[in-house]
Amino acid sequence: MDWTALRLSLELAAWTTAILLPIGIILGRWLAHRRFRGRGFIEALIALPLVLPPTVLGFYLLSAFSGEAPLGALWQQLTGGSLNFSFTGILLASIIFNLPFAVQPVQRAFETVPAGLREAAWCCGLSDWRTFLRVELPLVWPGVISAFVLTFVHTIGEFGVVLMVGGAIDGETRTIAIAIYDRVQAFDDEAAGAMSLLLLTVSFVAIGLVYGLAGRGSALRVR
Amino acid sequence: MSAELDLLLEARRPIPLDIRLRVAPGELVALVGPSGSGKSTILRCIAGLHRPDKGSIRIGQEQWLDTGTNRMCPPQQRRVGIVFQDYLLFPHLTARQNLTLAMTGGTAAEQRQRSDQLLEQVHLTGLAERYPAQLSGGQQQRVAVARALARDPSVLLLDEPFSAVDRSTRTRLQRELALLRRSIDIPMVLVTHDLEEARAMADRICVIQAGCGLQDADPETLFRRPRTARVARLLGSYNIFRGERGGSANTPELQWGSVRLRPGKEWRDQPAGSVEWFIPESDIVLQRPEATKTGPDDNGIQGCIQECVSLGNRTSLRVVCPDANATLSLDVPHHRARRQRLTTGEIVWLRLLQDGIHPLQPE
Repeated sequence: MDWTALRLSLELAAWTTAILLPIGIILGRWLAHRRFRGRGFIEALIALPLVLPPTVLGFYLLSAFSGEAPLGALWQQLTGGSLNFSFTGILLASIIFNLPFAVQPVQRAFETVPAGLREAAWCCGLSDWRTFLRVELPLVWPGVISAFVLTFVHTIGEFGVVLMVGGAIDGETRTIAIAIYDRVQAFDDEAAGAMSLLLLTVSFVAIGLVYGLAGRGSALRVR
Repeated sequence: MSAELDLLLEARRPIPLDIRLRVAPGELVALVGPSGSGKSTILRCIAGLHRPDKGSIRIGQEQWLDTGTNRMCPPQQRRVGIVFQDYLLFPHLTARQNLTLAMTGGTAAEQRQRSDQLLEQVHLTGLAERYPAQLSGGQQQRVAVARALARDPSVLLLDEPFSAVDRSTRTRLQRELALLRRSIDIPMVLVTHDLEEARAMADRICVIQAGCGLQDADPETLFRRPRTARVARLLGSYNIFRGERGGSANTPELQWGSVRLRPGKEWRDQPAGSVEWFIPESDIVLQRPEATKTGPDDNGIQGCIQECVSLGNRTSLRVVCPDANATLSLDVPHHRARRQRLTTGEIVWLRLLQDGIHPLQPE
């Protein structure tokens, strides 16, 4: 078992989820409530990582993060380091490829909250912020938990994009998924098996949690 | 201290509005009109959920809206209690929590006591800890009423509050609200498309079409003395005819086809000439010809039943009067229609009561 890789994966997943969750709630709520031109385009852009081969996404990110590209150059100027083959680089990549997992469940949840319910809350004297906290958030909670779990688990399991952008630097970019690949290449089936079993268990528990919450969520719908 | 609601609204889009309304404390005014006439938009304006092009809404000394000075209070700053058509209870909160969320101030214990009091008022004692999904439609409506009152509102708005329940529950809820409103001393505005509901519940009815207030009167006046033919038709009346005002100033006459009617005192101020007039069904007396004894002032006219349809415990009749070249519509209780053997083709005698004959103003 590669404990360093496991710790790195957990760290990456924690950071990704912490950064993406507020973004997912804001974007999901905005897309659920607003009708405007170009909404379909933005939704397609968010969903793109779902259908794009990880290597393709990884290739474009690798190019964007390089010192010759504006983003990579700016980062180099600001920090003196490179985005490619660094933890920050794989974190940024992880945020981008997990966007649909963080936004879509929240958006679907907000779409099921009747628009009139917010107006009812305002007429009860609740400010916009209290309406969000006391009425909307409790109703979309299953969607937020789904987004949290899916993002976390998907980050732990991601292989292609992380390998392309980060390589496999021990303690910096070698996540558990890459470590499994390395162990298989080195014919260390025992270690690969142990790590695979761990990922399988984590994924199964997580997905069970999401389905369980989806079931509970439907019981709370307005009749 | 309760205050009068005074509103004036004008708008062109999305729904045209042109209405002036005053509602006294403790008074219940019903806004009636066809779907899409702007009734609910008026409520939304009062609640602060819709901004009209022009207008002013004042309750006592509080100015909630004044487009002249660009003042528009958000819903949170208006003490409005509103019962929505589909109630819009918060599904994740219990009945009690729905109420306490709308309460401002007070300790948790005080809020609990007040919510108990409100739930008792709407006959929901013992159901405080239930979620909306665990309550029947009628019980949900009661929670919605209690929640509207929980904020100690300055005005109570009811948007089709009985439309989502079955008929028997509706009758029960109407009775309950009629009793409850005795203890409410704030202006109340009820939106409904059900005329009978408006008639039963309201102190005053305001008839609305295309956002325009056509007439505003107590139910008795409105149903017996509609101002125009349009109002009469919106109130479901068909007995609108055209005649000629004749006679002298003090003894007015109404020439209706070849029939000469003697209308009431109301006609003394009516100028001579062609006029549209109306008679409510309640002022048409239907008799069998053999039972009729008429004098010259009885406004009697012979007719033939053209259509006789039984509608539950009522029988709807259409009677053709060849002398007036007109058709009158009226409903009679089913048992009376049977007793008097009223069937299609029967000859009957109609008396139009003097005070019921009402001149309509031109549109």
